[in-house]
Amino acid sequence: MNLALELLVKNGLVFAFLLVGIILAGSFWFARRVLGGIIPGVALAIIVGLVLAFIGGERGIATYPLFSGMAILGGSMLRDFAVVATAVGADPEQMKHAGPAGAVALLLGVVLAFIIGVTISLALGYDDPVSLTTIGAGACTYIVGPVTGTALGASSEVIAISIATGVVKTIATTVLTPLLARRMELDNPHSAVVFGGLLGTTSGVAAGLAATDPKLVPYGALTATFYTGIGCLLCPSVLYFLVLTFS
Amino acid sequence: MTIYGVAILAACFLAGKVTGTLLGSLLGIDGDVGGVGFAMLLLILVNGYLSRRGMMDEPTAGGIRFWSAMYIPIIVAMASVQNATAALSGGWLALAAGLLATLAALLLVPLLSRIGRPTGGQPSET
Repeated sequence: MNLALELLVKNGLVFAFLLVGIILAGSFWFARRVLGGIIPGVALAIIVGLVLAFIGGERGIATYPLFSGMAILGGSMLRDFAVVATAVGADPEQMKHAGPAGAVALLLGVVLAFIIGVTISLALGYDDPVSLTTIGAGACTYIVGPVTGTALGASSEVIAISIATGVVKTIATTVLTPLLARRMELDNPHSAVVFGGLLGTTSGVAAGLAATDPKLVPYGALTATFYTGIGCLLCPSVLYFLVLTFS
Repeated sequence: MTIYGVAILAACFLAGKVTGTLLGSLLGIDGDVGGVGFAMLLLILVNGYLSRRGMMDEPTAGGIRFWSAMYIPIIVAMASVQNATAALSGGWLALAAGLLATLAALLLVPLLSRIGRPTGGQPSET
């Protein structure tokens, strides 16, 4: 028994291939046979992944050494590598005419998330500009939050809240996108570019689009990849000064 | 050969990441701004160029397609290693802010999608 465990830990990445294969097969079977196709199999598989993440700790299920391979397979290196590969299926013309809309979506997406984050922390009793800005930045993505908080010297408690806010946004985007896709007319490359810019959480956009329609992934990823950078640029500077002015 | 496709993909990926990191340091951010986006655009260009010259044979294209197809399994693995417990530890503030920021952005998707959208299924301008 111990020998088998040791073997699986040693070959973590290969074990992760097997595990994800089983999760996908099970989800596709369950979605088709039991749920009758109401929820796409991919969406179900991603939800199974999130449930596993809740079982684990800070690194999700990879907190347990047995599942450490999931962190390699699901890490940012292979994720970005695969996202780039999806570009071969994209139509450059579609990307071109969605460019202006995507740029507007990026700016508006960062500012909107920031304002909502600041407003809610104000409503829940925070009033110092540094904490407000940090949590507002966290509402952009879970990277913008701590980067901004560290730059402004926020307390570790507030930085933790900002990370949590970003993680909630990632999970909410993953789950809500396939559910609301029809209402937001998210069925063409053009709106996928806008969607990526507005939401900006690379993981959430990638997972949400995969669960909705994998063909849209490259278009959403194209804009989402700029979001965190723009957020890290605007939050500790322009947006922080705005908060300072108003408080 | 399949590895040629993987190598082309790797070259585009790394070139994109370098561009994104350089752009980041230009803007004074310790990070990558749009690296994946630059890599994708580069891959589209390289793929188009090689295809026109007939240099993108079936096994080479297969090396790129494999990674494109691995995308969904990777996303499932990614979902399972999220710091999901952090989402709860942030309390009501994190839950409310994260959820509302998501919903507000989703609401704006149909509105902003009107900008520059081709009418009647044809590109509006060329």
